[in-house]
Amino acid sequence: MASARDMRLRIRSIKNIAQVTRALEAVSASKVNKAVAQVEGTRPYADKAWQVLQHVAMQPGRETLHPLLTDRTEVKKTLVLLLSSDRGLAGAYNTNVIRFNMQNFGDKHDITEYITVGKKGRDLIMRRGGNVTAEFSDLPAAPSFMDVSAIGHLAVEKFLEGEVDEVYLVYTDYVNIAKQVPVMKKLLPLEVDDGDDLVQEYGATQKTAAAYIYEPSAEEILDEIIPNFTALQVYQAILESLASEHAARMVAMRNATDNAHELVGALQLEYNKVRQQTITGDILDIAGGAEALAQSEA
Amino acid sequence: MPIRCEIVSQDKKLYEGDVDIVVLPGTGGIMGILPNHAPLLTTLNFGVVQVRTGDEEENFTVAGGVAEIQPDIVTVLADRAENIEEIDITRAEAAQERAKEYMEKGPPPDSDRYLAMSAALRRSNLRLDAVKRYRRGKPKTQAHITEE
Repeated sequence: MASARDMRLRIRSIKNIAQVTRALEAVSASKVNKAVAQVEGTRPYADKAWQVLQHVAMQPGRETLHPLLTDRTEVKKTLVLLLSSDRGLAGAYNTNVIRFNMQNFGDKHDITEYITVGKKGRDLIMRRGGNVTAEFSDLPAAPSFMDVSAIGHLAVEKFLEGEVDEVYLVYTDYVNIAKQVPVMKKLLPLEVDDGDDLVQEYGATQKTAAAYIYEPSAEEILDEIIPNFTALQVYQAILESLASEHAARMVAMRNATDNAHELVGALQLEYNKVRQQTITGDILDIAGGAEALAQSEA
Repeated sequence: MPIRCEIVSQDKKLYEGDVDIVVLPGTGGIMGILPNHAPLLTTLNFGVVQVRTGDEEENFTVAGGVAEIQPDIVTVLADRAENIEEIDITRAEAAQERAKEYMEKGPPPDSDRYLAMSAALRRSNLRLDAVKRYRRGKPKTQAHITEE
């Protein structure tokens, strides 16, 4: 059994760890709220932009409207935008999103290239021999659209230049504080369909068939809104991922704190036993000594 | 019959309501949109979006974007937008000053920083102009400003 002194030290260090994990939990909790508020903030714009695209897609001649809307006949290369975190200590957050990615793109290893956001994702993909063509890390804590729009525009550029034929987005969707789900979304070519569910979801009530007047021209307008909309989707995904990361970290840290407290309890009990034993031993020694003394005097 | 107007920027919804006329700074020129307008898609310049209902008038600065017009609704998707009453003049002036100073140093004209600063300068010029032009003659809001 360890000495009483060793145990005292161990208990103290575990208490310190519990304090740190509890602080991290509190920090993450406030960050989750901020990130969620930010996601909500961008939603109206995304909804409206999508609605406008829907209307455009209902116009005659949509197939040839814009290269970003046109499916390629053969997919030779796929681009995946993979969103992960820069830092660990977030439970299974990064592992989950990478595993999900591998389930979807693991067998298409040769024709897939990656743009990663976050150091963890970059490292994990490279360790698996993935082809990472660009990476973004150390994003600001609460990124603005301007901070991250380059990521989406890079993907659009690669698509337009024919370097890749499809662009997917893999990230972690924030459901609630206890649940975050890795998801995959097709970014390009943009799939606009006029199915009823979409019309309902985005409230596109104007099923107008009348042709638009474009100012300056259809092409210029689509050149502006489609890349922007793609970048916006990336932005939203980044915010979702951030919220998920902080939520995952918060839960992980809460578990760590609980475990530390449990461990301290168990150790404290053992320490008390050891201490009691030492005292009993000491008393026995003293009593024995006193007895011996009394006998020799008699 | 009023026309519905919605103004959203990339980070929030700025305005939603039924109005008489919407004035937009389109790339092809300033246009006033009345109810029952033909469907139209236009890109926007730097400028001011005006929304009028009776005597009430609200003004928003936009730094580019897109507007979609349907007979009964105008949707403004602005890259950056602010309600003129909410513009912080001291901050806009400070930003303008900063940008001007930087431009006077004659930096290389194709660097990212140069582009960012000239965009910032354009935005703060726009904000200050808009405040000067549209904030006057509104005693209620003026009192509100001095309070701040």
